[in-house]
Amino acid sequence: MRQFITAYTLIDGFKCMVNGRLLFYQENILTFADFIKALYKQEQVNYPKFYKMDALGKLGFIASELLLRNKDFKLYPPELTGVVLSNSSSSLDTDIAHYETIRDREHYFPSPSVFVYTLPNIVIGEICIRNGIKGENAFLVSESFNSELIAGYVTDLFSRELVKGCLCGWIEVLGNRCEAFLAWVENQADVAETKPGMFNPVPFDAEHLKLLKNQNDR
Amino acid sequence: MEELIEKLKKEVIEQLNLEDIKPEDINPDSPLFGEGLGLDSIDALELIVLLEKNYGIKIEDPKDGKKIFFSIRSMAEYITANKK
Repeated sequence: MRQFITAYTLIDGFKCMVNGRLLFYQENILTFADFIKALYKQEQVNYPKFYKMDALGKLGFIASELLLRNKDFKLYPPELTGVVLSNSSSSLDTDIAHYETIRDREHYFPSPSVFVYTLPNIVIGEICIRNGIKGENAFLVSESFNSELIAGYVTDLFSRELVKGCLCGWIEVLGNRCEAFLAWVENQADVAETKPGMFNPVPFDAEHLKLLKNQNDR
Repeated sequence: MEELIEKLKKEVIEQLNLEDIKPEDINPDSPLFGEGLGLDSIDALELIVLLEKNYGIKIEDPKDGKKIFFSIRSMAEYITANKK
């Protein structure tokens, strides 16, 4: 059975698009912290734990929130809903923050709330907790977005019937440079009729993943 | 004591990233955990770090934590009694 991408989020250069429509852009924003907070406020997401997340957690959380709140993905059992993410910097952004708290032996105060984010897959945990997802998950690290790797991995999960819905893509943060691309993938038989104004589903494969992610570059 | 309570409120907000909470929102006698601020176990560890970093106080017996971190006032009382 074939799979389709039925919704996606794209965040790049402090600009946010959902299903091809511009959702957020402010020219005067210069830092990742200001951008993500402004987006959180604009979209009226009420989740106080958001402020305690690291940058990768915040980016992944917001990107997934904007996507999944428009989808009836809860139709699938939590155990059959997966999350497969990737990036190039792993958790380096937070690793650096953690290092800053421990590099001076005279002022050695490691922060527990920073330390808990020194793994890239914690962002998957944040998304799963928020949405009650309990299925297969993986966080893959590659130099650049490897659409073939993601397409292959997720297709395998579908073919082995381990998932019926899967969130997949790229969540990258390092300093003020951030980039997120999340796609929601479903079996063709489960794809509901496209609602007016919603994204028209496209086949799930490496080529379409790449096309959707790089659309701002064209 | 009241001065220390106000200082502690600001420090707790900063240390725990309680973005949407202002010092005046925190009742110094309300429980910090379970209700009110809704703090979790990682926050408890952060409060231990805060005491050590800002006041030079090391909590030797973890069992004391429940009493010390019951509220902002109990923290202030502990700091006053143990500050080096």
